[in-house]
Amino acid sequence: MNIGIVSYGAYIPQYRIKTEEIAKVWGANAKSIIDGLMVFEKSVPDMDEDTITISVEAARSAISRAKIDPKDIGAIYVGSESHPYAVKPSGTIVGEAIGAGPENLTVADFEFACKAGTAAIQACMGLVRSGMIKLGVAIGSDVSQGAPGDALEYTAAAGGVAYVIGSKDLAAEIEDTYSYTTDTPDFWRREGMPYPEHGGRFTGEPGYFKHITSAANGLMQKLGTKPEDYDYAIFHQPNGKFPTKVAKTLGFTPLQIKPGLVVPRLGNTYSGSCMMGLAATLDIAKPGDRIFMTAFGSGAGSDAFSITVKDGIDEIRCGAPSVEELLADPIYVDYATYARHKNKIKL
Amino acid sequence: MSVPRFWRRLKNIYNLIGTQCTRCKSFYYPPRSLCPECRRESKIVPFRFSGSGEVFSYTIVHTGAKDFEKLTPYVLALIRLDEGPMMTSQVICPSEKVHIGMKVRMVFRKLGEESEKGMIYYGTKFVPERIKKSAGGEKIING
Amino acid sequence: MRKVAIVGVGCTEFGELWDKSFRDLFVKAGADAVFDAGIQAKEIEAMYIGNMSGGRFIGQEHIGALVADYSGLANRHIPSTHVEAACASGGLALRQAIIAVGSGCHDIVIAGGVEKMTDVSVDETTDVLAAAADREGEGIMGATFPGLYALIAQRHMFEFGTTREQLASVAVKNHHNATMNPKAQFRSEITVDMVLKSVMVADPLHILDCSPITDGAAAVVVVPADQAKKYTDTPVYVKALSQASGSLALHDRPSVTTIDATVAAAKGAYKMAGLGPKDISFAEVHDCFTIAEICAIEDLGFTPKGIGGKFTEEGCTAIGGKIPINTSGGLKAKGHPVGATGIAQAIEAVLQFRGEAGKRQLDDPKYALTQNVGGSGATVAVHIFGRDK
Repeated sequence: MNIGIVSYGAYIPQYRIKTEEIAKVWGANAKSIIDGLMVFEKSVPDMDEDTITISVEAARSAISRAKIDPKDIGAIYVGSESHPYAVKPSGTIVGEAIGAGPENLTVADFEFACKAGTAAIQACMGLVRSGMIKLGVAIGSDVSQGAPGDALEYTAAAGGVAYVIGSKDLAAEIEDTYSYTTDTPDFWRREGMPYPEHGGRFTGEPGYFKHITSAANGLMQKLGTKPEDYDYAIFHQPNGKFPTKVAKTLGFTPLQIKPGLVVPRLGNTYSGSCMMGLAATLDIAKPGDRIFMTAFGSGAGSDAFSITVKDGIDEIRCGAPSVEELLADPIYVDYATYARHKNKIKL
Repeated sequence: MSVPRFWRRLKNIYNLIGTQCTRCKSFYYPPRSLCPECRRESKIVPFRFSGSGEVFSYTIVHTGAKDFEKLTPYVLALIRLDEGPMMTSQVICPSEKVHIGMKVRMVFRKLGEESEKGMIYYGTKFVPERIKKSAGGEKIING
Repeated sequence: MRKVAIVGVGCTEFGELWDKSFRDLFVKAGADAVFDAGIQAKEIEAMYIGNMSGGRFIGQEHIGALVADYSGLANRHIPSTHVEAACASGGLALRQAIIAVGSGCHDIVIAGGVEKMTDVSVDETTDVLAAAADREGEGIMGATFPGLYALIAQRHMFEFGTTREQLASVAVKNHHNATMNPKAQFRSEITVDMVLKSVMVADPLHILDCSPITDGAAAVVVVPADQAKKYTDTPVYVKALSQASGSLALHDRPSVTTIDATVAAAKGAYKMAGLGPKDISFAEVHDCFTIAEICAIEDLGFTPKGIGGKFTEEGCTAIGGKIPINTSGGLKAKGHPVGATGIAQAIEAVLQFRGEAGKRQLDDPKYALTQNVGGSGATVAVHIFGRDK
């Protein structure tokens, strides 16, 4: 049975804040930060947006793109590190808002830092392949928090993407997936704490690079493929530098990663990060193109995917806004407005 | 609003599901269980609105309602849905852009919350319809 | 139904009355009305009390019993009934009293209204008032009362070209009238410029376009017309009473710029009195917001639809104008203790007919109309009064 992506939908809030604006507040050198992170601006949620509203918009976009019947959906998994409720699933609200269920529907929320969404894709793949469900919706969505004045503040962004996984009418086939997982505490947030902690430079080699390269090499070895076999590649994008560097290490070229590298204009949408890059790539890919994607989640683990675009992509391409359309016409805000939107000012 | 009271209506508020009287073909949003035209002969069924409409009137609220203070200034509007009924909602839009006659579409947003510990209320608001400018003229983008 | 008259009135000052409780207010108004009518309290046969929300303002329901008891009438065991229709509570209480006497059921009935709004915070007050709107269709979306009336104003401006200056001129006129009303909450002149420069509440309504939060109480004594001269040489006769309901939510109304319940109530009142808008000498209308007065004078037929703003701006509704509106200062400047307003409107009519309106006295008025509105127009009570039986 072939399984893969039947549809996808993305959502990006319309507000942005520039790196310079944040740097100005903290007395930092904007140019060196931009050079170091390769992020010019990031998305900011509206006062009435959160991970759930973003997930709903992304899911609705995926449903309408391919005219999916919501009653065919057998599973909904929302992966995020900013679920609005610590206990009460985001997934049930998404389900209700897209008209799925209540019969024959299983729902749960996922958490694995920035790879919660791709873990959800893997779970859906298993359920579809086993014949337990017809269609599964995997969502990676976040309204990420970075502590004021911390390095993460420049990149923690808001956005989400939904993938509908099935076995018929595929827009893109997922040939295989492979994961590499260890207990590596490079980044975490304790229950009840508003902002995450991170290990600084420790998040690099022992975290991001080790897991991505292990998962990527593991998958290519399993499939007997090489970087040259792929037209496009997407790696988790906490900033612009890391994916560019890991691509080079693995043997992928800057041209291959270009369409999927949205972080310079969007920031890191955490659970949405890789999935947004994949969406941006699918927006322009042609049938027959091959895509290699490797997500990374702190804690730590990497999920790698090998994808082949099918003819079905042309039928669904215009059914929902593209990532480029979502990135267009942003509304820029200053730090005060940004702080208000992100609830950083405690009342 | 209490939990059961909100829960009773959440399908309607999330998905703009109102009612229609199939006898006289009138549409109702918010939903009505009795058609004022047909009364005891009402034949009421649920009806899901497309979410598309136009601004009939609007105001910019500077002094917010209770629990809406953090959102001010916000655009409160009367929206005439394409199918006919008029409803009250917010339009997410820079205040200089909103105007009577503006085409809008529904989006999913937080309506509020009971308290920091309490339930979060989600529902429908509106944004300006996406217009794509192309060589063939403007057209509305789906989705 | 037999004819009915008002023979006694009592009204407290209106304002932020920190040292007056709910009980203090209605006792004062009631006592003044009874004294004015020259009756003993024990002659009162029934009471109808208008009050929007004792429950949320002072945590007190069971208002009918409370008022009778603290008026010293607990051991008289008279029927005492709380009447509620948001801001039209007073107008409805008056109507019930008129019907009670007109039907022959009673011969001396008190119609009163009271509201104590300043014991809770402004935020809480605003939310209590918002309960007069449609909580599930309007409130949940962040609609405030100024917001709903602002939606009416924006549409009125769009359809008829009404201007912000015309809205402001309503407030200016009413403030001017209130300078001559010793019981009014605000007794200073304002200008159009001051209104337009005041804080914006909900575009286009500024704070000076909005009626205030007020404490106050008012009461009238209602008797059969045939017995009225027993009590006073200057009874004021009820020529018509009419009440109409309409859509609760603004969005369900056939026209956003017309309060169709006003049109319906006015039609009923004019028919009952055998009069038309041209016969009315002056009117007290429900100017909870400036736009409300503009819509009211149109919906009551004093000026065609859409011309209300111009009509006001040109001075047609000023004292000395074609049809003076809100000589008391209206809700805007006199104040709006919600449950009391409908009664206070009737009292202004009585004072004018008696020649007791001081500096704001009109010259030889013949018929008066009062219009009391609940919410954004879901309930309207219209009464017509006359000097002659």
